[in-house]
Amino acid sequence: MEAADTREHYLNADYGVKSWLLTTDHKRIGLLYLISITLMFLLGSMFAVLIRLELLTPGGDLVQADTYNRLFTMHGIVMIFFFLVPSIPAVFGNFLVPIMIGARDLAFPRLNLLSWYVFMVGAAFTLWAVITGGVDTGWTFYTPYSTTASHSQVLWTAIGIFITGFSSILTGLNFIVTIHRMRAPGMTWMRLPLFIWAQYATSLIMVLGTPVLAITVFMLFLERVLGLGIFDPALGGDPILFQHLFWFYSHPAVYIMVLPSMGVVSEVITCFARKQIYGYKFVAISSLAIALLGFLVWGHHMFTSTQSVYTALVFSVLSFAVAIPSAVKVFNWTATLYKGAVTFEAPMLFAMGFIGLFTIGGLTGLFLASLGLDVHVHDTYFVVAHFHYIMVGGALMGYLGAVHFWWPKLFGRMYSEWAARVAAVLVFLGFNLTFFPQFVLGYLGMPRRYHVYPEEFQVLNVMSTLGASILGLGYMIPLVYLTWSLSRGPRAGANPWHAAGLEWTTPSPPPTENFETVPVVTEEPYSYPISEAEAV
Amino acid sequence: MTTESTAHVAHHFDTAEQQQKAATFGMWVFLITEIMMFGGLFTAYIVYRWMYPDAFAEASHHLDTQLGALNTAVLLASSLTMALAVRASQLGEKKQLIRRLLLTIALGSVFLGVKAYEYAHKFEEGLVPGAFFRFDGPHAHHAELFFSLYFGMTGLHAVHMIIGVGILGTLTWMAARNRFSPAYYTPVEIGGLYWHFVDLVWIYLFPLLYLLGRHG
Amino acid sequence: MSDHVSSKGLLYSIFLALIALTALTVWAAYQDFGAFNTVVAMAIATFKAVLVVVFFMEMRFGQPLSWAAAITGILFFALLVGLTMSDILTRNLLGIPGS
Repeated sequence: MEAADTREHYLNADYGVKSWLLTTDHKRIGLLYLISITLMFLLGSMFAVLIRLELLTPGGDLVQADTYNRLFTMHGIVMIFFFLVPSIPAVFGNFLVPIMIGARDLAFPRLNLLSWYVFMVGAAFTLWAVITGGVDTGWTFYTPYSTTASHSQVLWTAIGIFITGFSSILTGLNFIVTIHRMRAPGMTWMRLPLFIWAQYATSLIMVLGTPVLAITVFMLFLERVLGLGIFDPALGGDPILFQHLFWFYSHPAVYIMVLPSMGVVSEVITCFARKQIYGYKFVAISSLAIALLGFLVWGHHMFTSTQSVYTALVFSVLSFAVAIPSAVKVFNWTATLYKGAVTFEAPMLFAMGFIGLFTIGGLTGLFLASLGLDVHVHDTYFVVAHFHYIMVGGALMGYLGAVHFWWPKLFGRMYSEWAARVAAVLVFLGFNLTFFPQFVLGYLGMPRRYHVYPEEFQVLNVMSTLGASILGLGYMIPLVYLTWSLSRGPRAGANPWHAAGLEWTTPSPPPTENFETVPVVTEEPYSYPISEAEAV
Repeated sequence: MTTESTAHVAHHFDTAEQQQKAATFGMWVFLITEIMMFGGLFTAYIVYRWMYPDAFAEASHHLDTQLGALNTAVLLASSLTMALAVRASQLGEKKQLIRRLLLTIALGSVFLGVKAYEYAHKFEEGLVPGAFFRFDGPHAHHAELFFSLYFGMTGLHAVHMIIGVGILGTLTWMAARNRFSPAYYTPVEIGGLYWHFVDLVWIYLFPLLYLLGRHG
Repeated sequence: MSDHVSSKGLLYSIFLALIALTALTVWAAYQDFGAFNTVVAMAIATFKAVLVVVFFMEMRFGQPLSWAAAITGILFFALLVGLTMSDILTRNLLGIPGS
C-alpha cells in the first residue's frame, strides 16, 4: 500500500468536467490535446490498416479504386492536420514551454484554451466529412480535380482544415510571445533548452505559413461552390498557382512536424549520455535555419508540373541547402554521444531511432530534390517511403520519445520500462520493414495511390504489410502500459531520469503555478552530470 | 505606480509592463498572420494581372472610382478617430474615449454601407462571378477572374471590418464600465492596431482594384 | 506604462496628409506614365502605409520586437510573391513545352 498523494498539484487542484473544459492551465490544455490527438491517431491508423490490407494482394480484393482513393486521402488528412502538426507542440509544447522557461503559464491562457476548441470544431467538420463518405482528392487537394471533378466531401473537409489552421496559428502565436516575454530571471536566449528553440522555430512556421493555407483552401472552397475559375485552366485560371500556394505552407509544414521532434531528441540525448550538448549554438541556430530555408524549397514538389524549369533549378539548389542545418543537428547529436555515459532507457531508444530514420529520410530527400532523378521516382512509392521516414520515422518517433521521457512529469507515475523497450524495438523494426521495401518498390516504378499493382511487386508489398502489423503492435503496447501506469505505476520523483532542466526541479506532477518560487537561472543548459542533491 | 491598482495584471505576469508588452507584441504577431492571409490573395492578384493586363484594366473600369475614393477617405477618417480614441484612453478622458469609439464605429458602418451599395450594383450588372456572370467582349473569363479577386479581397476585408466593429463595440462597453485608466488601456491600444491594419489593407486595395488603366 | 501620447495636432496633420495622398493617387492614375503607373500607385500607397504604421499605430514608440514582427511579415509575403512570380515570369522562355 502506498501512501495517498496529499500534495496539491495541477491534476487534483480541481475536479469535474467543467474544471477541465474551462481550464486555462497550460498543463491541462496539453492533456486535452493529448486525448484528442490520440483519438485522431487511432482513426488515421484505421485507414492505414485498410490500405495495407488492400495492398496485400495485387488485385482489388478488399476495396475498389474509389474507396481506396478515399482511404489514402483520409489517412493523410487525419494524420497530418489532426495528429502530426499538433502532436508535439500542442501536447508537450503546451505543457513544457512555460515550465522550461520558468513561467507560470503561456502569455495568453484563454487564447490557448480557444485554440483547443477551434481544433475540436475543425476536427468535427472533418469527421463529418469522413462519416458522410470521405474525400478522394489526396491530402493535397490539387485543382481542378478537387474543384470540378471530385464527387466526394471536399467542402466539409476544406472547412475542417480551414478552421483547424487557426488552432495552429493561435498556438504558434502564444509560444512566440511567451518565449520572448515570459522567461524567468537569468533565462537568457543562450540558456534556453533546445526544445524551446525548436518550438520557437516551429511557431514561426505556424504563424507565417498557416494563413496562406487557410486562404488557399478558402479560395478552393469558393471555386467549388460558386464555380469560379481561379484555379481552373478552362476559365483562364492557373492550377499551378494553387500548387504554389498550397506548398508554401505544406512544405514548411513538414518542418512543423519534425522540428519539435528534433528538440525532443536534443533533450533526451543529453540526458542519457550525461553530457552537455555538443555545439549548443549550432544546434539552436540550425532550428531557425531549417525554419527559414524550409520556406524556400516548396517548388521541389512541382518538378513534373508545368513550373518553369529555371525556377525548378533554383528550388532544387535551395532544397539541397536544407540538408546543411539538418546535418549539423545529426552530427552534433552524434558528437554528444561520443564518450558519453550512454544508457538505453526507452526514451533514448526512441531518440536513437529518430536519428537513424531521420537520416535515411533526409538523404532520400536529396534524391527527390535532384531534378533528373525526381522525374523517375515522382509519384512513386519512393516518395511515399521518403516522407514516411521523415514524418513517422522522424516526427512520430520523436513524439513517442517525448511521451516516454516526460510521462513521469505529466502524471507523476512510472511505466514499465521493459515493456517500453519492447515497444521501442518493435516500432523501429516494424517501421523499417513497412517502409524500406517501399523505396525499392518506388525505384522499380510502382506508382502511389493505386489499389492494384502488377504481380511482381507482391513480395515487397507483403513485406510492407507484415511490417505494418508489427508497427501497429508497437503502437498498441504503449497504450496499454501507459494507461496502466496512471493508476498502478510506481510514483515518480521530481527528477526520475536525473535530468537537467527547470521542468525537473519542480515536483511531478507540477503544482498549478508550476513552481513554488520563481526560479532564477544561473547556469548553462545541460550541465551534466547533475549532482545527486539535485536529482531528487 | 505603486498607488495604482494592479487588479488588471493577470496572475502569470510579474508586472503591468510585461503584460502590456506581451499584448501589443502578440497583436503584431497576429498581424503577421493577417499579412500572410491577405498575401495569398494578393499573390493570386499579381499573377493574374501579369497574365491578363488588358482584361484586368477593362474589368476595373466597371468599378466606381468616386465611391472607392470616398470609402478610402471614410476609412482614413475612422483611423484618425481611432488614434484619437487611443489618445483619450491614455489620458483617461472617458467621455472623449467613448465618443471617439462610437464615431469610429459610425465611420466603419458608413464604409460597409457604401460597400454593400457597390455590391448590390455589381449584382444588378451581372458582374458577380459564377453562374450569373455577364461580361461582353473577348476577355469575359479573365474579367471574371478579376471580379473573383475583387469580391474575394474586398469581401475578406469587409469581414475584417465587421469583426472590427464588433471589437470597437466591446471596447465602448468596457469604457462605459470604467474598465480603462491611464494605467491600463491595453485593449484599446491593440484594438486600435487591428483597426489601423484593416485600413492599411484598403490603402493597397483601392489603387490595385479601382485605378487600373484609367489613363488613355 | 508607455507615456508616449501623440498630440492632437500631429494626428490631424497625418490624416490630412493621407487624404492629400489619396487625391494624388487618383490624379496620378489618370496620367500616362507608361509602365510606371503601377509603380507610382504602389509608391504612394506604401508611403501612406508607412504614415499609418509610424504615427497612427505608434510604431515610433514601439518595442523593437513589434518592428521585427512587421518586417518579418513583409519579407515572407515578398518571398511568397517572389518565388511564385519567378515561375510565372520564366515559363516557356524557349518556346518548347516545359522550358
